[in-house]
Amino acid sequence: MDIEEKLTEIFSRFKGTKDELIPILEAVQEEFGYLPREAMLKISRRLRIPESNIYGVATFYALFRLKPSGKNIIRVCRGTACHVRGGARILQEFENRLGIKAGETTPDLEYSLETISCFGSCALAPVVVVNRQVYGRMTPAKVAEVLGAKKQ
Amino acid sequence: MTFEELRRQALIEWEEYRNNQKIRVTIGAATCGRASGALTVAEAIRQKIAELKIDALVTEVGCIGTCYAEPVVSIAKPGFPEIYYGGLTPDKAISLIEDFLIKNNPRPDIALGSLGDQVVPGIPALFDIPMLKPQVRIILRNCGFIDPENINHYIANGGYSGFNRALKMKPEEVIEEVKRSGLRGRGGAGFPTYLKWELCRKETAQEKYIICNADEGDPGAFMNRSLLEGDPHSVLEGMLIGAYAIGAKKGFIYCRAEKPLAIERLKVALKAAKEKGLIGNNILGSGFNLEIELREGAGAFVCGEETALIASIEGKRGMPTPRPPFPAQAGLWGKPTNINNVETWANVAAILQRGSEWFAQYGSEKSKGTKTFALAGKIKRTGLIEVPFGISLRQIIYEIGGGILNDKKFKAVQTGGPSGGCIPEKHLDEPVDYESLAKLGSIVGSGGMVVMDEDTCMVDVARFFMSFIQSESCGKCVPCRMGTKQMLDILNRITGGNGIPQDIDLLLSLSEGIKAGSLCGLGQTAPNPVITTLRYFRDEYEAHINLKRCPAHLCKDLINYVILPEKCQGCGICLRNCPVSAITGGKRLVHVIDQAKCIKCGTCEDVCPPRFKAVTKISGEKIELPEKPIPVTASSSQKNTADNSEK
Repeated sequence: MDIEEKLTEIFSRFKGTKDELIPILEAVQEEFGYLPREAMLKISRRLRIPESNIYGVATFYALFRLKPSGKNIIRVCRGTACHVRGGARILQEFENRLGIKAGETTPDLEYSLETISCFGSCALAPVVVVNRQVYGRMTPAKVAEVLGAKKQ
Repeated sequence: MTFEELRRQALIEWEEYRNNQKIRVTIGAATCGRASGALTVAEAIRQKIAELKIDALVTEVGCIGTCYAEPVVSIAKPGFPEIYYGGLTPDKAISLIEDFLIKNNPRPDIALGSLGDQVVPGIPALFDIPMLKPQVRIILRNCGFIDPENINHYIANGGYSGFNRALKMKPEEVIEEVKRSGLRGRGGAGFPTYLKWELCRKETAQEKYIICNADEGDPGAFMNRSLLEGDPHSVLEGMLIGAYAIGAKKGFIYCRAEKPLAIERLKVALKAAKEKGLIGNNILGSGFNLEIELREGAGAFVCGEETALIASIEGKRGMPTPRPPFPAQAGLWGKPTNINNVETWANVAAILQRGSEWFAQYGSEKSKGTKTFALAGKIKRTGLIEVPFGISLRQIIYEIGGGILNDKKFKAVQTGGPSGGCIPEKHLDEPVDYESLAKLGSIVGSGGMVVMDEDTCMVDVARFFMSFIQSESCGKCVPCRMGTKQMLDILNRITGGNGIPQDIDLLLSLSEGIKAGSLCGLGQTAPNPVITTLRYFRDEYEAHINLKRCPAHLCKDLINYVILPEKCQGCGICLRNCPVSAITGGKRLVHVIDQAKCIKCGTCEDVCPPRFKAVTKISGEKIELPEKPIPVTASSSQKNTADNSEK
């Protein structure tokens, strides 16, 4: 299915009112993993919202991504509880092992490393979320395990 | 269908669930439980039960709040009380199933507690265990006990009876009932709920909206997520009551996309409520209509602010607008709008179910009822708790939380997230309520409570919050956008070892300006973490600035990792693990860290065998160290032999 067909399918789930912009962007990102430029232009025409506004909204919210992400998205929580329980060390360990900084993607498009302001599993701090899997009570040593588990 | 009929059906299903002669297993499968492996435990239990051909009902429920003991499983077996178990792994769960269900051994060794009248020797009553005993569970009454995806479970436990009662009252009477309860907003500011409703009720516009603010974004807070995962219908019921009182026909729930399970549970709950005729047109034959729509927030902290949240629902960048006009006058699409937090809505349901007098018996004089807190940080028993207002911080931390992790020294407790402050030891006996915490420079906030110990650097904590706020500032007003950046720069300078004596005054004057000049609550409260840490921990700032020393040995630029010659046994583990090859040494030689190469990652300290403890952090002090590897000294060799003989 090409991008056009997929978009038609997504649009069919909505009424097409302006307030649906964010839910539509969320649906598009769910489908493509990021917000392709072409899709944003199509949304602009569909909702009759200027392209600049779409770009404004897409860049305002932390969830939206304008570039393709890696196959696996690693999100390291940087919330307060994770911070006081050593979250920075966990992030550093991922950065060292993957050779990328937070916000970057490995050249083989295997991993994207992101931080998240708080995942809300503070009782199990420090927390890392890989795709949809939540890993609690992380230690630097467990970073290798998490990456190893994903490699297979 | 009338409410009585709904309730009759629900009770039949609930009785069947609770009282049949079948074995019943529940698994706490909220996000925390899942992060601890609840789903693999659930899978193991299901397999084992199938393998042993046991006739049992396995249900995934929300969280009872004992996150430290996750994954938590309960087993109800005829002839026994319902018993809760904690800290299970798939293997432990399998042996539990065999021991309990086949051999009738309820395994007191791994049990948390039991529910019901019967007593099993060695197992305390669940609500007598130290973490649960001081709690009063109003909001969390159903969490972990009912199936959150089954509306009948909620109805059978009194659910929607508050709404049914409200429908038989005049809207003004409902508001009066909420007024008598003394309920104040649980989102942070503590504004009286009835007053907000009254203002919105008085507006004459045809169209009005209600919104449930579930954009829980404070780092360190997970009360709303847990409630939505464990008992979503209580929030929907509160919204129905509020919409009826205010005269709104349309409601929105604005929930963070980062909380996927809460969203899933809300979707299921909304669908079920619609099917039962509790949401939609002519609800319960009363002529009252309400539609509720779920919106997923796309990750912007500022959207917790009500005017920003409204902009976000309208599909715009979530930027606040000046008040007045208040949302109660002109909110969503310019119409009167009432916004309450998840916990406030859930409280409304409880108040209408059980009455305002009952509710007002809990809490302190000006802060009625209970508050949920997310207890986290350097504490033994982390979890989600609900306590009556007026309880002391000390009780929360030491009785419920069990004290500080590894018995270290308490330093501070942070309440209210980035808008709150850090409270030191000397104020731990203050009661927890809106006024007392404000007096201490903090706030109750939405309920994050992060405990910090002696290893936490308070300047670093202030820097952490400032960096959070700075990156979350929407950028609309200058004091917040520029001021927080300046404050962050100064804090980075101090923790980086380049602080200058004027910095403290500069921070204080910037704080004043940002508080006075910012447009919304985010900016107005942004300096609080800095102000409170300066108020209670000024000595730590001064040590960083004047002595270039981090008392907690945490700020990277102010510490060095060193290997203590009298303790090092020359085992070479640190040398092999150092990611930048900064360590030199050899067999039976005291190892040395090249400070120019060291990136201060802390790996050497982690891997140094605990019986040696040869790697340590120093800050602002001089220690005599060899420059090159030297032979391990006689005294330490002897110690080494002693260590070996012990083994």
